[in-house]
Amino acid sequence: MSVIEMKLEREVAAETIKIQARKVQVHYGTNHALKDVDVDILSKNVTAFIGPSGCGKSTFLRCLNRMNDTVASAKVSGSILLDGADIYDPRVDPVQLRAKVGMVFQKPNPFPKSIYDNVAYGPKIHGLTRSKAELDEVVESCLRKAALWNEVKDRLQSPGTGLSGGQQQRLCIARAIATSPEVLLMDEPCSALDPIATAQVEELIDELRSQFSVVIVTHSMQQAARVSQRTAFFHLGHLVEYGETGTIFTNPKDPRTESYITGRIG
Amino acid sequence: MTDMTDHPLLMPDARTKARNAAERRFRAYGLTAITLALAALVWLLVSIFSAGLPAFKQTFITFPVTLDAATLDKSGKLDPVEMAKVTTIGYGKLIDKAFAAEIEAKGIAHEVKPKELGDMISEQAGASLRDMVLANPALVGQTIQFQALANGRIDGYFKGRVTMETASRDKNTSPEKLALADKLRDAGVIAVKLNPGFLTMSDASDKRPEAAGLGVAILGSLYMVVIVLCLALPIGVAASVYLEEFAPKNTFTDIIEVNIANLAAVPSIVYGILGLAIFINFAGLPQSAPIVGGLVLTLMTLPRIIIPTRAALKAVPPSIRDAALGVGASKLQTVTHHVLPLAAPGILTGTIIGLAQALGESAPLLLIGMVAFVKDFPGLPPQGLFDPAAALPVQIYNWTQRGDPGFVERASGAIIVLLVFLVVMNAAAIYLRRKYERRW
Repeated sequence: MSVIEMKLEREVAAETIKIQARKVQVHYGTNHALKDVDVDILSKNVTAFIGPSGCGKSTFLRCLNRMNDTVASAKVSGSILLDGADIYDPRVDPVQLRAKVGMVFQKPNPFPKSIYDNVAYGPKIHGLTRSKAELDEVVESCLRKAALWNEVKDRLQSPGTGLSGGQQQRLCIARAIATSPEVLLMDEPCSALDPIATAQVEELIDELRSQFSVVIVTHSMQQAARVSQRTAFFHLGHLVEYGETGTIFTNPKDPRTESYITGRIG
Repeated sequence: MTDMTDHPLLMPDARTKARNAAERRFRAYGLTAITLALAALVWLLVSIFSAGLPAFKQTFITFPVTLDAATLDKSGKLDPVEMAKVTTIGYGKLIDKAFAAEIEAKGIAHEVKPKELGDMISEQAGASLRDMVLANPALVGQTIQFQALANGRIDGYFKGRVTMETASRDKNTSPEKLALADKLRDAGVIAVKLNPGFLTMSDASDKRPEAAGLGVAILGSLYMVVIVLCLALPIGVAASVYLEEFAPKNTFTDIIEVNIANLAAVPSIVYGILGLAIFINFAGLPQSAPIVGGLVLTLMTLPRIIIPTRAALKAVPPSIRDAALGVGASKLQTVTHHVLPLAAPGILTGTIIGLAQALGESAPLLLIGMVAFVKDFPGLPPQGLFDPAAALPVQIYNWTQRGDPGFVERASGAIIVLLVFLVVMNAAAIYLRRKYERRW
């Protein structure tokens, strides 16, 4: 196999479809929140979901790891395939799915436990480590990946809730990647953070892209433009446009996308 | 500088004045209400403590008693069966004789008829001496320094309840006896001392309030509170967790919810009727037993634990549940690892307050026969749970029904004991809540 072929293969691998969603509908009681959404989320890419409030982007994100299951009135139909397997198949245990598809929430929500325990919780309940030393290693590597290690290495046993907002959010990211997920979902991860913490998290997202597919919901179009390779624009429950981030922001096909990006609707 | 007196900001308009007046009135109402409440509390405490504190002291008469072998151990073999044939009355005579001899020996002059001297000593004394001798037969033949309870009237005289004037109209005592009691106190034979027996002795009959104690009632109440704790806490927490975290929200669970709220408001005596019908008449459990009382109080306490527990579970922020579910914890792991520990302070507080209510409850216990006169201590659990026992609030009710004024003091003393238990439990609830309260 030649070098060129190998390179080609890697590029193809980089462009494989991680999540394939087809005709996804979500109803909250009588409210039809998401209509016929078709999206292909590529692996090792950052995909941004943008759109005005209530457009369904967070709803769709929560479909991807079945967090909508916890909402009693929510009903999801259509198909969402993760590596070709339907995650809404009755044989799928959402608990296992969520270990593969991690999630970071809008508001930093560390457990009221020590920093160490926050990160170690996922590996512990999934039985991913066999010894304390191995667990220590996982905790350290996750905190390093989340760019938090240097700030907290001397106080791993102090409570996670005592950190600053930006540190808490990075702790939540460390907690989410501790179960070695393949996809990381982020629901407006920076909306509660100041610009400096936001920049740190964005930098982190860019680094995480090398190992995970990241899906991020954001209200900030600048953020979408900065961190993502692909962008999906949602409006009133419809997926209006989906494509390369550059194309969406410079040359949108749909007039609604253009008006949103230029600030005329929203 | 211009004159500012007519500046609008310096002259409140009519509307503002009315609003301020309304606020002042509201504050005055609030202050009045709190003052009244505090005054009522102080009045209550003062009246209970002034009436009840004397119950913790008792008048004792101490004198030497010769345990004559000829009367107490006729066979001369110290055979317990033979010795037990000597009744309380036999011991009483011995005590009366020794008491008269002591008065003579001290050379105290008095006008009490020799036959009535023994009335100054409690009827309980014979029984106490008999128990003492039967427990230790070696005492027979010796002369021991015996501490007898004084009769309730003599005790009342030293506590200010009985006066010469009331004694002259009282067939149970006489001014001469009180005069003798005064002289005996000067001679050091009679003394008012602390009375641990009030907490350890069992109830006594109508004619001897001086011997009545709370021992059986405290033990009975303790058994029942333990039963309530062991049953109501796990059942209540499990029910709350299921309803709050797992149960689907539908009409059926709505009905359950409404019913639990209603059950908490059902008058406690209704639970007594339920207990009588189910545990005694249907299941055939014994009357007056702590097990039945504990089960009835468990039924009564359950909704009172479920409601605060559910409130505590609701107060745990949903973001914590999201976080746990988001890393792949199962529903049960989310609850046991995160939600329950965070709700624990609230659950503990609710439980302790529910237990305190159960401890102070009397109405349902009256119906299941715990109002009976119980002289013997219940045995050790688990068998002792089926023995007859009393309960603190019922004992108070019981004593207030008695004729002898000595029982008024006993009842107030028992109220103090009950209040102390309740204050301790509530303080524990506050302490635990403060200690384990977590912020997020």
